[in-house]
Amino acid sequence: MSRAPILDRLKILADAAKYDASCASSGTAKRNSTKGGIGSTEGMGICHAYAPDGRCISLLKILLTNHCIFDCHYCINRKSSNVQRARFTPQEVADLTLSFYRRNYIEGLFLSSGIVKSSDHTMEQIVEAARILREEYDFRGYIHLKTIPEADPEIIHRAGFYADRVSINVELPTDAGLTRLAPDKDARQIEGALGKTSSDIVEAKDAKKRFKHAPRFAPAGQSTQMIVGADAASDADIVGRASRLYDSFDLRRVYYSAFSPIPDASAVLPLKRPPLIREHRLYQSDWLMRFYDYRPQEIMQATEADGNLPLDIDPKLAWALKFRERFPVDVNRASREDLLRVPGLGVKAVQRILASRRHRTLRLDDVARLTVSLTKVRPFICTIDWRPTLLTDRADLRSLLAPKQEQLELFAA
Amino acid sequence: MTALQHVRPHAHYTVQLPRSDDFAFWRERARALIQCDIPPDKVAWIEPSGNGDLFSNGGMRLPEPPADAPPVRASKRYLSVAQNAALHRDPQRFALLYRLLWRLQRNLRIMEDKADPDVRRVEELDKNVRRDSHKMHAFVRFRQVEEEGGAEHYIAWFEPEHHILRANAGFFMRRFASMRWSILTPQGTLHWDGETMHEGPPAQKADAPQGDPVEDLWRTYYASIFNPARLKVGAMLSEMPRKYWKNLPEAALIPELVAGAQKRESEMVAAGELSFEERPGSLEAIGEAIEQCRKCPIGCLDNRAVMGEGPGDAALMIVGEQPGDQEDQEGRPFVGPAGQLLDVHLERAGIDRSRAYVTNAVKHFKFVQRGKRRLHQSPTAKEIDTCRWWIEGERELVQPKLVLAMGASAARGMLGKTVSISKVRGQAMSLEDGSELWVTAHPSYLLRLDGDAREKQAALFDADLAAVRERLAELAQ
Repeated sequence: MSRAPILDRLKILADAAKYDASCASSGTAKRNSTKGGIGSTEGMGICHAYAPDGRCISLLKILLTNHCIFDCHYCINRKSSNVQRARFTPQEVADLTLSFYRRNYIEGLFLSSGIVKSSDHTMEQIVEAARILREEYDFRGYIHLKTIPEADPEIIHRAGFYADRVSINVELPTDAGLTRLAPDKDARQIEGALGKTSSDIVEAKDAKKRFKHAPRFAPAGQSTQMIVGADAASDADIVGRASRLYDSFDLRRVYYSAFSPIPDASAVLPLKRPPLIREHRLYQSDWLMRFYDYRPQEIMQATEADGNLPLDIDPKLAWALKFRERFPVDVNRASREDLLRVPGLGVKAVQRILASRRHRTLRLDDVARLTVSLTKVRPFICTIDWRPTLLTDRADLRSLLAPKQEQLELFAA
Repeated sequence: MTALQHVRPHAHYTVQLPRSDDFAFWRERARALIQCDIPPDKVAWIEPSGNGDLFSNGGMRLPEPPADAPPVRASKRYLSVAQNAALHRDPQRFALLYRLLWRLQRNLRIMEDKADPDVRRVEELDKNVRRDSHKMHAFVRFRQVEEEGGAEHYIAWFEPEHHILRANAGFFMRRFASMRWSILTPQGTLHWDGETMHEGPPAQKADAPQGDPVEDLWRTYYASIFNPARLKVGAMLSEMPRKYWKNLPEAALIPELVAGAQKRESEMVAAGELSFEERPGSLEAIGEAIEQCRKCPIGCLDNRAVMGEGPGDAALMIVGEQPGDQEDQEGRPFVGPAGQLLDVHLERAGIDRSRAYVTNAVKHFKFVQRGKRRLHQSPTAKEIDTCRWWIEGERELVQPKLVLAMGASAARGMLGKTVSISKVRGQAMSLEDGSELWVTAHPSYLLRLDGDAREKQAALFDADLAAVRERLAELAQ
């Protein structure tokens, strides 16, 4: 079979992979190559470049092939789409990864694929690329493999031994959306595969504690992705689904990808893209649940009548404006939990406040030094020299705090 | 105080540092000065470069700490912050570190007081240096050169903001231990030969190789992984500020990628060419709208749209593939040969066609002209999917309890995927609005068969219709 030059195929297969949001390379086991091989992972992920879409480029994120026997409507690679097709061999992927890695362009590989021939065959090929990197080149950088829920669990299991992270996309926040937009996929099968991987990870961790040489299994855990705005699911639905996924499968991350118009789109999709800010608000709510002790129900309380989070203000401020009776919070006495609820106070600022107040009684000036912006915080706190008497109850507080609408920044080179 | 007799009360001391990043040297000297009780305002710290010579001999000889001086105390947090802060290019950093160390002797927990200006400043320096190191890990770009004997040598040019080169040697050594590499900077150079690290004098950009063929692949990757539908220039700039761009091969592409982004997005949307805004709210309005529909190539042929017909509240909706030649001429569904055959079978099964809503998955007749005849052509998956917009509108309005899809195209119009008739016929599938979908063959399939095969298929068709009639009766209760 004659092949196009590698440059042309890279163009097609990187282009086809760009709708996956994740590019994380953090949180895996520490490795280095001082005793042989090539590469290292030191805990912290590294973004080697940023694209003008604001996304980090940490990994070589490509598809093995964009040929696909599935027909998912939101996907540019679906069977009935007219995009140009290409494929790499596992060997080519491994070689490309290394030549990028040696030049310090990337932290490793994120490999996914359209489904060719069968799910098993495709999964075998993905695992083979990772095997060449790990076994033949002794590659110690980061590998993220997308697994195919329909594939033989045995093959998926092998992927976990080569990869730092494995992921399966749940694709859509509701089962009805999945049935409608991804008719070849099955929600139960996806959750089954997530569950199996989750228990494999737990088992491997347990074995590692008892036997020093037990092999590592996906040390950076598993993640998943949901498309936002392709179906009718509201933010409340999405947050609810995400929190159930976090709970049931011990996921490291749930990624949100704002549905973006794709070339040669299918007719059942909305043409209008959801505002990018919606994706941002969902990530913020994700943060609130993971680091600020918000329960999913509380995020849902912050949504508006249509079940969506407000777009003009962040969910934490939205929650605070709805529950004004919880404020102001006294920075000199309040608990960590209560301080974390104050809009404008991050986890670090709260830590700083807690540490500082052992040494002094905080004044407003002190708080100004400990936080990024005093304006945002002021209506919700009191210090020894400040009480926001009327401010907290003002009806127009929201418009006072909402960021000014900015003109889209045009590029000035 | 007897031990400190050689310390003069009003003397100033100057410490000349051998290197800008020599934290160990600073720590030794600072420890001695604290033990001699020299207050911060009496010590000047001089870096090697710049105008250090003016002062280097002006200060007093450093005192020897007394043998019984108490040990100098430092908290763990102070040490970890100070190590980084010492690498900052701020000339005041060593004075700040000494002042904090001095205050730390009186209050060992001072680092916890985050509102203290000195603590704030030193933490800021620490943060800047950590960020610069992190950006160095990210933005160093090696270029490969072949040396005599074919050995590969990877060389990078990088311009750090602070004195971080030596501190980060270990990171690159651990990562690229098996490679021969060099990092050249204006502050100095590092060379790793696979076994040992060598340091060299400051270098210039011209000392590094000017290109690498793999950079074309990297630039292609960078341009392709960028999604033009989401432009967030601000987010990119905050993490990859312009000052780094000059040494990043991919950064040259950014202006044109950004400029082209909005254009590319509108092209993508236009290429999809789907301007389905609001769906008409009545069957009549849909009937008018489909006449104008040109969303797929079939609509552009010389034909007319054929709307479904039947009661607007029918319990049964029968869906065929697309109008044929006769349907197109008459403008009504299922009036040609297949329609006549359907009528025969419906009657046999006891289903009253006049009480059903009869329509097609595709609204226009797709054909190729052969002389005077117009030959039927099957619609493609994409054309069926495009037309789903209309059939779903009809289904929403009629709200049938049961939908009978005849043939693979009709089934696709309902399900969005292609199913095998033989596998799914004779059983109910549930649709998302709660109604039931039954799938059977298209009557025109029977027309194409003859002999035993036709009889066999006709029997199956009858059986499917009979099952539908029974199910309808159940649903009606």
